[in-house]
Amino acid sequence: MENIENKTYTAGDYKNSQNARWCPGCGDHAILNVLHKAMAELGVPPHMTAVISGIGCSSRLPYYMNTYGMHTIHGRAAAIATGVKTANPALTVWQISGDGDGLAIGGNHFIHAVRRNVNINMLILNNKIYGLTKGQYSPTSDRGTISKSSPYGTVEDPFIPAELCFGARGNFFARSFDMALDTTREVMVAAARHQGASVVEIMQNCVIFNDGIHNYFADKEKRADHTILLRHGEKMLFGKNKEKGLVQDGFGLKAVTIGEDGYTLDDVLVHDAHARENFLQQQLAMMDGHELPLALGVIRDYSAPVYDQEVERQTNEIKEKKGFSSLRDMILKTHETWEIN
Amino acid sequence: MLEETNVKTIDKVVVRFAGDSGDGMQLAGNIFSNISAEIGDEISTFPDYPAEIRAPQGSLSGVSGYQVSVGRGVHTPGDEADVLVAMNPAALKTNLRYLKRDGVVVCDVDSFTPANLKKAEYKTNDPIKELDIDSKRVLLVPMTTLLKNTLADSGLDQKAIMKSKNMLALGIICWLFDRPVDNVLRKLKNKFAKKPAVYEANAKVLQAGWDYGHNTHSSLPVYRIDTAESRPGTYTDVTGNTATAWGLILASEKSHRPLFLGSYPITPATDILHELAKRKDLGVKAVQMEDEIAGICSAIGASYAGHLAVTSTSGPGLALKSEALGLAVMAELPLVAIDVQRGGPSTGLPTKTEQTDLMQALYGRNGESPLCVLAAVSPTDCFHMAFEAARIAMEYMTPVILLTDAYIANGSSAWRIPEPDDYPEIHPHILPADRLEAGWKPYDRDENKVRYWALPGTEGAMHRVGGLEKDNITSIISTDGANHELMVKTRREKIARIADSVPCVEPMLDADADTILLGWGGTYGHLLTAATQLNEEGNRVAFWQFRYINPLPKNTLEVLGKYKRIIVAELNTGMFADYLQMHLPGKEILRINKIEGQPFLVKEIVDGVKKLMEE
Repeated sequence: MENIENKTYTAGDYKNSQNARWCPGCGDHAILNVLHKAMAELGVPPHMTAVISGIGCSSRLPYYMNTYGMHTIHGRAAAIATGVKTANPALTVWQISGDGDGLAIGGNHFIHAVRRNVNINMLILNNKIYGLTKGQYSPTSDRGTISKSSPYGTVEDPFIPAELCFGARGNFFARSFDMALDTTREVMVAAARHQGASVVEIMQNCVIFNDGIHNYFADKEKRADHTILLRHGEKMLFGKNKEKGLVQDGFGLKAVTIGEDGYTLDDVLVHDAHARENFLQQQLAMMDGHELPLALGVIRDYSAPVYDQEVERQTNEIKEKKGFSSLRDMILKTHETWEIN
Repeated sequence: MLEETNVKTIDKVVVRFAGDSGDGMQLAGNIFSNISAEIGDEISTFPDYPAEIRAPQGSLSGVSGYQVSVGRGVHTPGDEADVLVAMNPAALKTNLRYLKRDGVVVCDVDSFTPANLKKAEYKTNDPIKELDIDSKRVLLVPMTTLLKNTLADSGLDQKAIMKSKNMLALGIICWLFDRPVDNVLRKLKNKFAKKPAVYEANAKVLQAGWDYGHNTHSSLPVYRIDTAESRPGTYTDVTGNTATAWGLILASEKSHRPLFLGSYPITPATDILHELAKRKDLGVKAVQMEDEIAGICSAIGASYAGHLAVTSTSGPGLALKSEALGLAVMAELPLVAIDVQRGGPSTGLPTKTEQTDLMQALYGRNGESPLCVLAAVSPTDCFHMAFEAARIAMEYMTPVILLTDAYIANGSSAWRIPEPDDYPEIHPHILPADRLEAGWKPYDRDENKVRYWALPGTEGAMHRVGGLEKDNITSIISTDGANHELMVKTRREKIARIADSVPCVEPMLDADADTILLGWGGTYGHLLTAATQLNEEGNRVAFWQFRYINPLPKNTLEVLGKYKRIIVAELNTGMFADYLQMHLPGKEILRINKIEGQPFLVKEIVDGVKKLMEE
């Protein structure tokens, strides 16, 4: 902790000399740069930071970091990150996975890391496609997606990462997209500050195999009307001039224009990311940018017991309580023994 | 270690059935001894009736017993029982004195009612605790509940239902000792030829008992592997699984690296997880993950973070861990993977023993993926080899697979608790500060080709590892052909050099004989006994049991080359023999194999060797 207070870091301190080898125009470049900046803002020293990834385009990210890092095997980043963090809770651990890595082959580890509430920052870079294997549909591809492995369109529904996170009883969920640099930095920092498993979905553009997949909200023209940036304690406003807001409508939500149909600013909901009850947060997370704007920012940020800290606490407590000095001491004190002279 | 131990495996087991004289213990015991005789066991029985034909139910004086010894070399019903089946608290109390100190108890937990406890003069409501029985050696079965559920639709009244409780107990014992239920059914059919309803009820209950054992994967440490060790010291009893867990803890103490276990329950390896989970009291972090893959992956993460990292499993689990083992090979991280072998393939025979994972351990990964493979030879040797596995992993920066098996993992033995200085310090290959300052690169190696363990948290040693091939110095991704070949050869060479730190082959018994009997892993007790017997009978035989499989001890080929006849006995179709054959191309390797899910019988080996020697 001394380092955090005494030394400040710049984005350059987290960046190594390797040139990122993603395709020109790939959203991963922007996300990498923002991550360097977020880390500098957090001030955790590079040698106390570990970045763990699986397999896929985005999972190459650790190679472009000047921190500790491991580029592991397909789907297993969450399990490996769990091991790193549980072994040494003093490290700040980031997990980088794509939608295929994190939610298809790694789906089981994803939900269990979230359920356990391991204090890791899980960045899911969602481009709704398999890029490294050259363009197959992923578990987040919309129904009907045409790809090399679905030439006639998919006949299956996608995961919505937020829904999976909430279903796994997640306590932190945030969303951003590659072009929204400030928001991405903001949610990365919030994720790292949150104690427990933090899931950050970053909608990312694959310029080669799924170009423009997020345009319906990421496009500069549409962004203001099709997204809403949520901040804890602030009114849920969106639109170019923040003229629109979200209001309660029965059990659902409704987008309204302030001053129209009798709606005033007072009717607009205030975002509570810290609420234990996650019903409203889930509704916000499920908005898809069409009838209701896609929610960006920190949607849920609730404090709950943290796995790695609990393992550490329990181990220390029991160790202290029993007070054995060694394996031999433990055996002699707790097992039936006899002497042979 | 091999030389100091004189292992004698007992091929027989003594079971004592005890209950109310109306519980039908005589019948259960009698059937058990008869079906054992039918499958070739020698038997000896001892009925122990009370004076009364029907003493008051549940009373101490009303207990009836039947002791049976089955197996090889059975000359008496046994002085003491290995297993006591107690149908009620009174039977438990009166018969406990006939149980071996480390024997196990199977009892009807439903019979521990206040009334029964009072009749049997207990002072508390916990007979197990009151009688000071080690809870690990007790199988508490809700027999009455199972019985009632099984016969709920039979139309029999309560009294008639309770009469078949003995068959429930017998069903469980048949499961535990691998006795076929069909043979029992035949006996019952004869006995109840004129009472088909009674036969049906008993048959159902018998099957329910067997199913209970099967479904709960019940196993008891009944295989007694006596170790006649003479060294003075303090002794305790261990099973192979407990010894494995403890060996890892000692390695953690001797290496000053905290111990991490990432695991997932699987028969017959779960007791390692159980023991290490308890050992939070020694600072062990043992976590149960969501699957086998997560088990090893969390361990790889912990290894990267600087822990002595372990994953424990059995054959099917090892299969799931293959890809992650490859990552540990590639990233050159220390890792111990313990495979308590069971019958395979697939789910196979989960509670039975086999040595069929050898090839999987050696070669079951994609690419050129060499790692160190060890095998423990006895319950107590599990301690030593777990320590060795951890030592080699941390000193050579490699994954190590330790093979044990269901037989030695569940088998128990007296074990001398090591004195503090009995085991050497382990020197994990941690990056020294001066080397870091001198411009360290992640794939810098020492003279043994071992790279350094640079622990996260170390300033200036930030580095990335991963599954992609890396430049042989900088660890930057490299697809260069020459570099890849160099790395493949370097990883192989590193494993080969482990041979420098493992004990040599030193044939036992008649080392100058023409014939050598070889084995590996958990068959040691049977093979040594057989080889000893062969020599006693005038057949000159040398003997060696391998514990270091990859790499083989340095002098293996030189020593084995001297023998005219090499015989490998193993519980598979010849995996180790094939492996040795690869190293000894000109030499014929003879084989004795058994794949029945059961340990060898000494006689099988003696006869097998004699036959091969005659040819």
